[in-house]
Amino acid sequence: MNFTQIKNRAIAEWEAQRKSDKPHILVGSATCGRAAGAGPVLEAIKATLAQHNLEATITQVGCIGLCYAEPLVDIVKPGRPRISYGNVTPEIIPQLIEDYLIHDNPRADLALGTLGEGDIEGIPKLFELPMLKPQVRIALRNCGIIDPENINQYIANGGYSGLERALSLSPEAVIEEIKKSGLRGRGGAGFPTGLKWEFCRKSPGTIKYIICNADEGDPGAFMDRSLLEGDPHAVLEGMLIGAYAIGATEGYIYVRAEYPLAIQRLKLALQQMAEYGLLGDNILGSNLSLHLKIKEGAGAFVCGEETAMMASIEGKRGMPRSRPPFPAQSGLWGKPTNINNVETWANVSAIMQRGADWYSSYGSEKSKGTKTFALAGKINRTGLIEVPMGISLEKIVYDIGGGIPGGKRFKAVQTGGPSGGCLPASQLNLPVDYESLTAAGSIMGSGGMVVMDEDTCIVDVARYFLSFTQAESCGKCVPCRLGTKQMLDMLENICRGQGKPEDIDLLLELSQRVKAGSLCALGGTAPNPVLTTIRYFREEYEAHIKEKRCPALACTELISYYILPDKCQGCGICLRDCPAEAIAGGKRMVHVIDQDKCIKCGTCLDVCPERFGAVVKVSGEEIEVPKEPVPVAAAKPNTQA
Amino acid sequence: MSEIRLIINGIKVKANRGATVLEAAQAAGIYIPTLCADPDLEPYGSCRLCVVEIEGMRGLPTACTTPATDNMVVHTETPAVNEVRRTVIDLLIADHPMDCLTCRKNQQCELQKVAAYLGITERRFPRTNRSFPVDTTNPFFDLDRNYCILCAKCVRTCHEVTGVGAIDLAYRGYTAKVATFGDKPFMESICKSCGECVVRCPVAALVPKETRQPTREVLTTCPYCGVGCQMYLGIRDGEIISVRGDRDNQVNMGRLCVKGRFGATEFIHHPERLSSPLVRRNGEFAEVSWEEALDEVAARLRRYQPEEIAILSSAKCTNEENYLLQKLGRAVLGTHNIDHCARLCHSPSVAGLATTFGSGAMTNSIGDIKDAACIFAIGTNTTEAHPVIGFEMKKAVRRGTKLIVANPREIELVRHADIWLRQRPGSDVALLMGMCRVIVDEGLFDAAFIAERCENFDALKSSLQAFDLDFVSRITGVPQEQIVAAARLYATSRPAAIFYAMGITQHSHGTDNVIATANLAMLTGNVGKPGSGINPLRGQNNVQGACDMGALPNVYPGYQAVTSEAVKEKFEAGWGCSLPPTKPGLAVTDVFEAAYNGQIKAMYIMGENPILSEPQAKHAEEALRRLEFLVVQDIFLSETARLAHIVLPGVTFAEKDGTFTNTERRVQRVRRAIAPIGNAKPDWWIICQIGKKMGSQGFNFAGPSQIMDEIARLTPSYGGISYRRLEKGGLQWPCPTKEHPGTPILHTQAFTRGKGQFMPLEFKPSMELPDDEYPLLLTTGRSLFHFHTGTMSRKVKGLNVFRGEELVEINPQDAEALGIADGDTVKVVSRRGEVTAKARLTQASPVGVVFMTFHFAESPTNQLTNPALDPVARIPELKVCAVRVEKNGSSG
Repeated sequence: MNFTQIKNRAIAEWEAQRKSDKPHILVGSATCGRAAGAGPVLEAIKATLAQHNLEATITQVGCIGLCYAEPLVDIVKPGRPRISYGNVTPEIIPQLIEDYLIHDNPRADLALGTLGEGDIEGIPKLFELPMLKPQVRIALRNCGIIDPENINQYIANGGYSGLERALSLSPEAVIEEIKKSGLRGRGGAGFPTGLKWEFCRKSPGTIKYIICNADEGDPGAFMDRSLLEGDPHAVLEGMLIGAYAIGATEGYIYVRAEYPLAIQRLKLALQQMAEYGLLGDNILGSNLSLHLKIKEGAGAFVCGEETAMMASIEGKRGMPRSRPPFPAQSGLWGKPTNINNVETWANVSAIMQRGADWYSSYGSEKSKGTKTFALAGKINRTGLIEVPMGISLEKIVYDIGGGIPGGKRFKAVQTGGPSGGCLPASQLNLPVDYESLTAAGSIMGSGGMVVMDEDTCIVDVARYFLSFTQAESCGKCVPCRLGTKQMLDMLENICRGQGKPEDIDLLLELSQRVKAGSLCALGGTAPNPVLTTIRYFREEYEAHIKEKRCPALACTELISYYILPDKCQGCGICLRDCPAEAIAGGKRMVHVIDQDKCIKCGTCLDVCPERFGAVVKVSGEEIEVPKEPVPVAAAKPNTQA
Repeated sequence: MSEIRLIINGIKVKANRGATVLEAAQAAGIYIPTLCADPDLEPYGSCRLCVVEIEGMRGLPTACTTPATDNMVVHTETPAVNEVRRTVIDLLIADHPMDCLTCRKNQQCELQKVAAYLGITERRFPRTNRSFPVDTTNPFFDLDRNYCILCAKCVRTCHEVTGVGAIDLAYRGYTAKVATFGDKPFMESICKSCGECVVRCPVAALVPKETRQPTREVLTTCPYCGVGCQMYLGIRDGEIISVRGDRDNQVNMGRLCVKGRFGATEFIHHPERLSSPLVRRNGEFAEVSWEEALDEVAARLRRYQPEEIAILSSAKCTNEENYLLQKLGRAVLGTHNIDHCARLCHSPSVAGLATTFGSGAMTNSIGDIKDAACIFAIGTNTTEAHPVIGFEMKKAVRRGTKLIVANPREIELVRHADIWLRQRPGSDVALLMGMCRVIVDEGLFDAAFIAERCENFDALKSSLQAFDLDFVSRITGVPQEQIVAAARLYATSRPAAIFYAMGITQHSHGTDNVIATANLAMLTGNVGKPGSGINPLRGQNNVQGACDMGALPNVYPGYQAVTSEAVKEKFEAGWGCSLPPTKPGLAVTDVFEAAYNGQIKAMYIMGENPILSEPQAKHAEEALRRLEFLVVQDIFLSETARLAHIVLPGVTFAEKDGTFTNTERRVQRVRRAIAPIGNAKPDWWIICQIGKKMGSQGFNFAGPSQIMDEIARLTPSYGGISYRRLEKGGLQWPCPTKEHPGTPILHTQAFTRGKGQFMPLEFKPSMELPDDEYPLLLTTGRSLFHFHTGTMSRKVKGLNVFRGEELVEINPQDAEALGIADGDTVKVVSRRGEVTAKARLTQASPVGVVFMTFHFAESPTNQLTNPALDPVARIPELKVCAVRVEKNGSSG
């Protein structure tokens, strides 16, 4: 079968399903969906269908990015648009199926939105929702839409036509196209992809390697996982195009072992590609040959660094090495090697499918196209998003993310994971592109975006990220191994109220030295969270150091809980629930917390009946309370006439 | 190598193309601090001290990893550079015990030096606290991670320099540390204790247990194997307390093995050293004066006819001493009955290579190993027996050299090999001729080389007819495709070098084996070129020299045949005496037979211990007991010396001057570091005294330098060698004139005999193969931790910690059939004797084969071995005999 035949068959299959007279039920079954309970939901669907003797096609699809609404179930009835239902539970399923499939009630109350042509009354268009409207889905174009385990569905939606087009061009022309698109490395550093390819292509050598970096390690980031689970072929097609452009014949997908579903889908995808002649020797009858292997990473963050990744593939300890030589000159096993991130590869296939001009119509002047982000933290609508470059942080936080829950105040957003920086409200109008983020002290990074509210202690945030980079430092170079250790020790001291006034300057100095002196980008960016938090929230550091006060009331060792004698009714709930037995009191006696025994768990605050509101959390101040329990009345002067 | 020019700190400097910025700076005398760079190691860039600014480059690149390029402008002392450097040292100091004055590395510490360079006078950051227990399990050095700065020099050394890979970095972040596999103590790892890591540790993390510093040092040659490592002995108050490798030579370039580094001094000062001449009186040894002992030796030797006397010279002694002893035998005692242990190791090399090439020594140099595209190591357990050459081979493999290992046992080199041929012991002729056959059949031979440089090719070709793959595979047990693959790899990788040792020679067809290697090398044109050749690895420190000096029954010094009347006349003129007739004397293996039969009545043995080294050792012992007069000259009362009538205490290599000739024909100095222990005397002095007492005028030497001058006069290949020249480093013979630079590669233009001679061969099975009664095949060899019969190495406590007793290595399948568990005491029985030792179950031994060393007097393995001789070289078949193994206590 040649590719045209393959394509025709795939389209026919896709159309047949679209026009099928059977309902089609799609269950979001990526890791996020599964974690939220997609498994039992799927079982409930099957059971309900069986119970009613209904026939329907069930497809497990990837993640569409609406994490806050998982599990997601989509139902397509013949001739009607696809309806997405959010927060579906196994308990709702029997009623939903009965209502919609049997009684034709689309249950607008449970629906999020519709997809495709046509309207259903009372249900908005899904992509008109504020969460999705500002988004442009290029890398994630098929995620949640197609069956990731069916190569035909990818092909039916334009898949591998980018490869087909690339093969009709010269490798140099492909590189030109990528250069023209303005695509920059989505792993975070933002190096122009076409230029990177060109270096590798021009590097002498008959054996060259390409690598897909799927060692996603930033805390809170899951873009690559979602993409690999939801549309593996988009990535693999990009790799084929890259291999053709560079002249590589061997390749690796370095994916962390903690992503078993991604690995499973990749394996299946590779198998399907081989069956279609899209892998191996003379791909689609061309002179392109590519052999791909999956290498499972063992969970070292640093292996996301190119040279460490290559060492790991070679079976060595994953540690970065100095450049030059660059991987394009001497990479894996000393051969010219090109490494791109998952998202970059997925963009490559889209660019070759739809053209550089189309792609570069999105984005800002120097940052073209889109960027995916894993939106997490203190935000109403968490999820996986893809936005055009240049969009403001504010639009992401408030329009897409729906703002901060619980009416709390926005405090900061961390981009770029542990290598990035913490940007305050004053930076919310910052356009999201490589240059602007760097200028603000952060980085684009691979796409982690953590939103923090007023309850988040900024020093604690810096401490957290540094504890991560310190633990994940490979230990090779001194500034990273020991510099981050000293910084972490200082931050821990500050959080404990043991900071010294000179610590802030010392932190700033060490940050600069660690950045300047470290071997690889891990150490080179590890101080960013510290630098940005000091830059934007210096007064919070000072409060910790000078006043021994945590303004966010988050640092355990700087906070105290008190029971206000004028409010306590002596109900005994807090006394009973205190795990440290730190509360003394009795019936109708004002309770008193023994500050030496208190472990600051906050249980008393949580359990104190709202109508009393007798427990307070404070930092940097002492509240006058009785030393011993006293009768409730005695503590309430003049409350009753 | 072309030169580039760059500007460092405003100074124009030149550097070799390919040099790093650090190397360029160092060459120009510009100091850049570093803690992780080492000339022997690949650039690493971890300490970040060598950061510099380079115009046109972003950030602060490390000088050690950045290649210097033409017109590069480098600044090594800018504020930004020094800020990072200071911070690095501040951070290291905060993580380091500050007990400098009592630290074992005080004043040797590189961290100290860099801190001083940067002018750091205080601890800037709070002390970070780690506490590791010290690993003291290794008998020679400790690992104290509390001092470790994680420069990974030790780890890189263990991978890049020695190819052992016993240690690596483990864990991440602040918990990262140097660890063995599984984070176990050193002694439970595969560490070979070479100490190369200890040498390179910049701080007190890896330190030798002995840390006293010497008062002075003397450069000399290691007394163990034939590699001939150059090393400095450190002396303090008459005691040798330290050993360090000499970097400035082409043999070991600083490297040493466990024996050289940690085992070359303890025996010198051992309390059991002989310190006075001993004469047997009424069956007991009595201490006597030198005068009395020497008079008695001279008087008693005079009583025997030349054909009743035999001399056993020593591959452990110097060239000068071997020269004197053969001179004493020939010129004074009138006999050619002089031989030494080379008979038991490389006599087939001498015979086989003389036949094919015209001279029987290693054709190439150790330094050539790195140039080989392919190394074919057959019958050599290089990493155990010639450790530093093993390092060099593994290093070459790391850099891309292909390695073919042919060995019945799964030796360490197998781990590094591209192809492992596991031939049956004794089947080497078939294997090698089978490879020749493939090369001829596939047209992979070097036709031009054969036509121009060789002869008798047709005879070889016709003899190859018998070696079709079917036959070869059946005889050797090696699958056909492996033989083909090895032949192709060897033939198509140019240059390719063959290395071999006792696995080739110690057979009743040892000479044939050697010839087969020569055939293979000539066939592919792999002779006379860098990185090629036939390289027999000589076992003893001076076995090459002892042969060169004529401590052989058939040749005078320089392989001048005793059968030649002209040679006889030359030496008669040179020595001013008449010499015995032109008939070769008895080989040592025949001497023992003659002694047993009463034909030999007196023997003079210098520095050898045949009771443990001869095959069928019981028989050899009985032969010695039957002698009327036995003189043994040694440093210890060896098993052999105990049978002597007179024992003369010689000295160790550290107590005398002289020369050793290493395996690559390099004559190197041995220098007196301390005065002789007790009343012992240098061996050359002892021989001279006996010569003089027996009335000869030819022994008036003031010292070894004068002896070498006489050697040079009478030995063409040593003609240009003198102590004055050797001061500048060793010289490889042939070195015929004072101006000649020595010869690193033999047969470059023509073979010594003119044309290289192909020799047809036929397969001959070993003399004694397993049968129903003795169902297992015993093969013998060496352990890294001991040397030969253990006279020296068994006196070193630490070496005994590594290996304290004989172990019978047996395949678990065989062991199971015999009901033997690992560690069981077993009895190994052959037709000639029985030996008791512990069993070690290991897959390294193939099924049907057991392996033993011969280092342990308690388990004298050579009581089992077969004295069947190679008809040409007279070497016994030490590598193959039939035995049975019994669990101790069970009757067989």
